[in-house]
Amino acid sequence: MDTLAQLLAQARDEVNGSASLAVLDEVRVRYVGKKGALTSQLKQLGQLPPEDRRAAGQRINEVKQQLAAALELRKEQLEAQALEAALAADTVDVTLPGRGQRPGGLHPVTRTLQRVETLFRYAGFEVRRGPEIEDDFHNFTALNIPDNHPARAMHDTFYFPDGRLLRTHTSPVQIRAMLASGAPIRLIAPGRVYRCDSDQTHTPMFHQVEGLVVDRGISFANLKDVLYGFVASFFEREVELRFRPSYFPFTEPSAEVDVLSESGRWLEILGCGMVHPNVLRNAGVDPEEFTGYAFGMGVERLAMLRYGVDDLRMFFENDLRFLRQFA
Amino acid sequence: MKISQSWLADWVNLSHGGDALAEQLTMAGLEVDAVTALAPEFKGVVVARIAELAPHPDADKLRVAQVDLGDGVFRQVVCGAPNARAGMVSALATVGGELPGGMRIRKAKLRGVASEGMLCSAAELGLDDDTAGILELPAEAPVGRDLGDWLGLDDTVIDVDLTPNRGDCFSVRGVARELAALNDSALTGPVFAGVAPRHESVFPVSLVAPAACARFAGRIIRHIEPGRRSPTWLVERLRRAGIRAIHPVVDVTNYVMLELGQPLHGYDLSRLSGGITVRFATSDEPLVLLDGREVTLAPDMLVIADEHAPVGLAGVMGGESTAVNEATTDVFLEAAWFAPEVIAGRARRLGLHTDASVRFERGVDFALPEQAIERATTLLLEICGGEPGPVQMVEAPEHLPRRPAVALRADRLQAVLGTKIDAGEVARIFTRLGLVAEPTDEGWSVTPPSQRYDIQLEVDLIEEVARIYGYDRIPRLAEQARLGIRTSTESRTPEERARQLLVDRGYQEAVTYSFIDERVQAQFFPGVVPIRLANPIAAQMNVMRRSPWPGLAAVARDNLSRQQARIRLFELGTQFEQGDNDSVNECQVIAGLALGPAGPLHWDSSDRRVDFFDVKGDLEALLTLGNGAERWSFVPGEHAALHPGQCAVVLRDGETAGHIGALHPRLADALELPRDTFLFSVDVAGALGSRVPAYHRVSRYPAVHRDLAVVVDEELHADRLLDEVRLAAGPWLQSVEIFDIYRGERIDKGRKSIALSLILQAPSRTLTDADVEGVVGSVIDRLGSELGARIRD
Repeated sequence: MDTLAQLLAQARDEVNGSASLAVLDEVRVRYVGKKGALTSQLKQLGQLPPEDRRAAGQRINEVKQQLAAALELRKEQLEAQALEAALAADTVDVTLPGRGQRPGGLHPVTRTLQRVETLFRYAGFEVRRGPEIEDDFHNFTALNIPDNHPARAMHDTFYFPDGRLLRTHTSPVQIRAMLASGAPIRLIAPGRVYRCDSDQTHTPMFHQVEGLVVDRGISFANLKDVLYGFVASFFEREVELRFRPSYFPFTEPSAEVDVLSESGRWLEILGCGMVHPNVLRNAGVDPEEFTGYAFGMGVERLAMLRYGVDDLRMFFENDLRFLRQFA
Repeated sequence: MKISQSWLADWVNLSHGGDALAEQLTMAGLEVDAVTALAPEFKGVVVARIAELAPHPDADKLRVAQVDLGDGVFRQVVCGAPNARAGMVSALATVGGELPGGMRIRKAKLRGVASEGMLCSAAELGLDDDTAGILELPAEAPVGRDLGDWLGLDDTVIDVDLTPNRGDCFSVRGVARELAALNDSALTGPVFAGVAPRHESVFPVSLVAPAACARFAGRIIRHIEPGRRSPTWLVERLRRAGIRAIHPVVDVTNYVMLELGQPLHGYDLSRLSGGITVRFATSDEPLVLLDGREVTLAPDMLVIADEHAPVGLAGVMGGESTAVNEATTDVFLEAAWFAPEVIAGRARRLGLHTDASVRFERGVDFALPEQAIERATTLLLEICGGEPGPVQMVEAPEHLPRRPAVALRADRLQAVLGTKIDAGEVARIFTRLGLVAEPTDEGWSVTPPSQRYDIQLEVDLIEEVARIYGYDRIPRLAEQARLGIRTSTESRTPEERARQLLVDRGYQEAVTYSFIDERVQAQFFPGVVPIRLANPIAAQMNVMRRSPWPGLAAVARDNLSRQQARIRLFELGTQFEQGDNDSVNECQVIAGLALGPAGPLHWDSSDRRVDFFDVKGDLEALLTLGNGAERWSFVPGEHAALHPGQCAVVLRDGETAGHIGALHPRLADALELPRDTFLFSVDVAGALGSRVPAYHRVSRYPAVHRDLAVVVDEELHADRLLDEVRLAAGPWLQSVEIFDIYRGERIDKGRKSIALSLILQAPSRTLTDADVEGVVGSVIDRLGSELGARIRD
């Protein structure tokens, strides 16, 4: 074997035996660096007879290329190994929890209210609010519930010593809105309402959403349509509703609406009706020109039906173990 | 109102019962709350005749009866009832039978004498609470027949929750009339003949308030037999309606009220003096009612008075002084018409709610008094005998309600309901309801009957038509609305966004009551005038909240006791403040509370507890939602509920908009909360006010970053320092942040080192070293001169 072949074999051994990129680089310098073994062979070409130089030069270059390839291959191997080692070192337990705050959650009443508001906004209703401390006119008289009307007994009212009261429904917002904006009008009024009643199915404070549409040509058939649409959207299923004649002083004809539960029972979800002409008149709207419908629904009731809550009082206990279920 | 199906069946043909009947009534607007099957609670009890009665050989109080069940075999039964007598028809619980409560009847020996069954009292059968003796049945009762069967105990009681407009349905006949209309059938109820008087005596009646009482029917009945009891069938009907039998006179008046809807009253004639006057009470006039309660009357309350004093509160309850009793022989019956508005609300004001008042408040048919008196007379004579006088009718017809015709326009009917109902069908509906409808050019002219107080307006007729036509037959019709772009403001952050931000930062929304305990409120807000409720539902819910804080604190404590260690709560709601001139300001606020570990328990985070700056960071995040951070500042402040050293007033454009701080340690201890409990509260209106972004050009030239540490007095507030930096640095300053605060080695006591990071940038050129040194130099100079700051080496 000639020396060149020996040199190549030796260099290959050293390349393949290099354990790191640094060692590999030393090997490279030793053979193909400025003073490397192969480099010096090339430098010595000039000492050969001219007729041998060409062949010898070719030969050295071949060896040099083979060595370069070996170096490159080994370099890739070592780089891959180094990356693998780095990856192994940086591996984390991805099943450990992340860092930072965990979101809390909205109260189920808010969650329900937001949903109701969204659905009605889509249908062009604006959201109006009114005071929680009301006067007799807006809470009762203007709503066609005069003094001593038996319907007042159905509202267990909280009073203040001066005769003002905590609103028993969000219906006073109807009056305020019509007096302020006139007709046509299309609103919902969500908010807290108060009744002096507390037992398993009553809390002294709860939430209502009142709806009011007053315009030319509004009919009971429109009311049915809107409520069917709302209830189906709210529960995200086709529902069967039952409109049952009832009585509210501020609407006529009036209805209570029941929804057929999945277990086949009728469950009351809201009251509604055509706005009573006296109410329109009290709010400065001409009942001959305009007709309207109104509805009122209990938000807790909707939340109970939607989320399967079976105890109204849970909404006001604010037990975190309950609230977190709605996050 | 409870009403039994068997009684209804006397008045109308019922093709269906139970749930189907309830469904029909409910769908007509007479909501049925409950349908109760009234099976007898006993088994094996039969009608029995005591054939013979002999003393018990070994017991003074017991007797031995031979009881005939009509099968030719006498059963021997030992009986202890004092009223047992030979020939009496009663009820025998036979061997193998069962009494209410599950008691089984067995063959027994009582003091050595065999007994095959038990003669029962009404109480033992669960029919009545009469325990005085065994049940006495009419002599004609069919011996041997199953008692439950014979009494018609297989019945259904329907509890109807009548709406205030349907006073006309407050009776068996009223509901029957409604059913007849719904089913297009006829009322089959009995027609009552008058009872001929047997004497001419009358009791003087004068109506001095004729608008309030425009009709008064009265009748004297003399010589009724004291000590009689109402028959079982009547007692049983009353019982099913939820009324206890008391005395035949009372029972009969109750019965007629249930049957026809006319409340009546029976006075013991011997206890009435002079004559009856129907008048308004005088101020503070006292009256002892039938139930023994003493009430003080007001001048707007109508009374029935004799020549001495009120003997009854008109339309509500009779008085004790003239009530019938076991010795009563002469009775004066009253059936009057009182104007609803004169009765309405009076009972409630006195804390009363009677069968009479609910009916009169809603309006009782003014055609009823005479019929009711005749019906009551008939029944009373059947039970107690007696001699009726003439029916006295005292009235002021001009004050009786009018029933003017009401016009209904066909096109209005269609417009309100949104569907066209055939004219023939409308007319038939009116006929079925007993409304007299005359066709007119535009529709109908409809005259309501005397019992209908709720038909005065066109819309009342529309409701009647819709109700009988059926709401379910009215179609759904999508609204036609004008489309248009609605207004929407960009200068207010939606509340939902504020809620969501707090939720995202780990807060749980709470909803607490708007009324709280005055004492707790005073702990948070000493000296603030409370807004008290006149009729709180509970003592600890008696004032309107001045802030959500007390409510949130209570929620936090409740949750701590539920072993929740880390609590972050917020509430968005109204707080109530006394304003000028007795006005109350309702202010929407967002309030929060945080206590416990600063973060969730985590494998790689500290278990540090929440502090002021955690909560301040949350609040700052909330306040910068509106893109107006520079409008907000926090200045040291005072609040009775907050730690004096960890309390800031939150200012918006220099105006107080809220507070933030640590709960005052004294309050924390009192509320059983940890001392490191933090609270914040800010006005929603201010917090959510938002600035519409206004673009300014972004500089294309490099920014220069300089850090600077200055030593200042401990008392110096960071805000002040930053303000001075901004003033000194001029327009090239893009931002200045504090990135370290150091106290200790190489810093004098009472001083602190604050490290500042400044970023400078010019809009139109690259800043030179000289520019930057110039700015930093003037900052250092100003901090030195204004704040006594020196550069830290």
